[in-house]
Amino acid sequence: MALQEFAPAAALLGLSVLVALLVVMLSRLLGPHRPTSRKQAPYESGMKPIGQAVRRMPVKFYLVAVLFIIFDIEVIFFLPWAVVFRDLGVYGLIIMGVFLFILTVGFIYEWKKGALEWE
Amino acid sequence: MFQVPTIADLNLGLTLPALSLALGACVLLLLDLFVPRERKEITAWLAMAGIAVSFVLNLAGFNESGTAFLGTFAADQFTGFLNIVILITAFLGVLLSLDYLKRAKIERGEYYVLLLLSAAGMMFMSSANDLIVVFIALELLSIPLYIMATFRAPDLKSEESGMKYFILGAFAGAFFVYGAALVYGATGTTNLPEIFAAVNGIIAAGGSQMFLLLMGTGLILVGLGFKVAVVPFHMWTPDVYEGAPTPVTAFMSVGAKAGGFAGLLRIMVVALPVFVLKDGQTAAAWQQTFWLVAAATLILGNIVAIAQTNVKRMLAYSSIAHAGYIMMAVAAAGTAGVANEATRAALLYLMAYMFTNLGAFGIALAIEKDDGSDTGVDNFIGLAKSKPALAAMMTVFMLSLTGIPLTGGFVGKWFVFKSALDAGLVPLAIIGVLTSVISAFYYVRIIVNMYLKDGEGDPAAGATRYVNWAIYVAFAGTLLMGIFPWIATNLSDTVVLAVEMFVR
Amino acid sequence: MSVDIEVYIALSAILFILGAMGVLVRRNAILVFMSVELMLNAANLALVAFSRLWGGAEGHLFVFFVMTVAAAEVAVGLALIVAIFRSKQSIDIDELHQMEG
Repeated sequence: MALQEFAPAAALLGLSVLVALLVVMLSRLLGPHRPTSRKQAPYESGMKPIGQAVRRMPVKFYLVAVLFIIFDIEVIFFLPWAVVFRDLGVYGLIIMGVFLFILTVGFIYEWKKGALEWE
Repeated sequence: MFQVPTIADLNLGLTLPALSLALGACVLLLLDLFVPRERKEITAWLAMAGIAVSFVLNLAGFNESGTAFLGTFAADQFTGFLNIVILITAFLGVLLSLDYLKRAKIERGEYYVLLLLSAAGMMFMSSANDLIVVFIALELLSIPLYIMATFRAPDLKSEESGMKYFILGAFAGAFFVYGAALVYGATGTTNLPEIFAAVNGIIAAGGSQMFLLLMGTGLILVGLGFKVAVVPFHMWTPDVYEGAPTPVTAFMSVGAKAGGFAGLLRIMVVALPVFVLKDGQTAAAWQQTFWLVAAATLILGNIVAIAQTNVKRMLAYSSIAHAGYIMMAVAAAGTAGVANEATRAALLYLMAYMFTNLGAFGIALAIEKDDGSDTGVDNFIGLAKSKPALAAMMTVFMLSLTGIPLTGGFVGKWFVFKSALDAGLVPLAIIGVLTSVISAFYYVRIIVNMYLKDGEGDPAAGATRYVNWAIYVAFAGTLLMGIFPWIATNLSDTVVLAVEMFVR
Repeated sequence: MSVDIEVYIALSAILFILGAMGVLVRRNAILVFMSVELMLNAANLALVAFSRLWGGAEGHLFVFFVMTVAAAEVAVGLALIVAIFRSKQSIDIDELHQMEG
């Protein structure tokens, strides 16, 4: 086992925890401490955090997210192809053409079904 | 440097049946966009045309064998035979759905596209020659089925059915992937024949690789066991079968089983006949496990089915029991020299089960009401008076499921029991015969309800033209296989799946 | 600069078991679903580790397909969850008992 190879990472981790603790403690010890209700709010400036943490979202967002994730994942098939594009030549082009055709079929379907319209 | 293949190296000709169906599904998805909402039967007819094209291509290439897609796809008679089963299932599935979807007011073109995609997944499964392809085919056959099971939404039963199927299906898929990963770790390849070639060396060496291989095989068995619903991975079946729309239940009870057993046979017989010596015979190390699974499935499926009052639930437990009979053949395939015979028995059993089960579900669908109710065993009371033809055909289906001679079910059971005996699994064959006798109890109860009990009988409003056609085809198939079994056996005799492993 | 293969496999086995436990113990459909994803990713880790061990590309390829299939499952699964939430106002899988089990 080559655990000692992780020694620099472990040292960095320890150091960063130490520095963070040090900064927090120093500002607590040295700085003035006069709390007001406004200062103790979770976000001193910005929106008031009122209401439930889990809010209902319109289902439209979810639809867009699902469509996105499908196309997003398909990209992982393009990347390896792009890396060896020159070596694969025409063969790779035809294969990816077939892949793109299938992807386009799905795209046309969701377009015609109106899944891409916001309203 | 990597040798770039050419398109000709892919041997696309061998893949035509499965490929044409997948392509047909893509085209159908586009065509359906231009079919008006009230005329969705056009989509159904187009889907049937696609299935017919694939069927013709499959028959034309039945005797060709070889590998395609650079060794990941095997086309042989095993593929050809299973494709026949799958395509007939899909065809009858569409026929059963046509009027049903209209009655239930859930008619949508996507249904037929999903059915075609699922059938394509089953066909890829029957010709998978690589663990990666088995996995993709498994998911391609399952994911459309999750959607189809939920097709009655917002009906709560249908949604529940789809959700349960989805969660357990995804769970099983994860087991399969992990098993495949461990097998890959042990052998260094995902190609089934190459795994076979590597296995002997691993057995000789033993140690951690052997451990990985055994764990991997076990996890793959769990994954596929869920799909084909064998004990102890069967608990989803009754709920899913009851809640799903009846034509979907009919389609998945046969199709998913055909696909799952195709994968199981391919992996176990081609790649992993991990051989050990047992009683002077050489048998696979997994045979004992399969033996136990088959016996448990037979006993539980047949006994719990007795208590069911809903015919869809009863057929669900009956389908678990029938998975047990097929599992018996798979266990028998673990004995060297019997593997091919047992594979043929499993295929014949699947074909007989397909005709019989689709017919039985067709009749359950015929007496079902528009809202999906009235599928109880008691709803069959008096059917002989109101619909004598349907009652007569249901009688044949029930007798065939029991395994009475002159029906397809008998032929299937005969070959399965014979292969189990040849493999030296005598206790398993005895359990099979005994549980068949038990099964007569709940099958015959429906016949008694139809003929001997008083009642005015169900009008069978669902028995519309296309449903009747589907039932006639199933009926003809059940009887033909029972009376002229050589039609099917001649076809299955060409199937050679097992790799010859010992030169004696 | 390398870690032994056993460590990767042990980690992936732990992740897989955690995922399987999650599926069996959790009652919220989304959490069950996340546990399944954890199982798939455990398998991915094992595949990549073995692929490195054998020096082949099949493991990497398998991972690509597993990821794609997982995305397809996400799409279908979330749609099912939304449909069930709309009609039941709950995604607790223990409340799915329309049929006697």
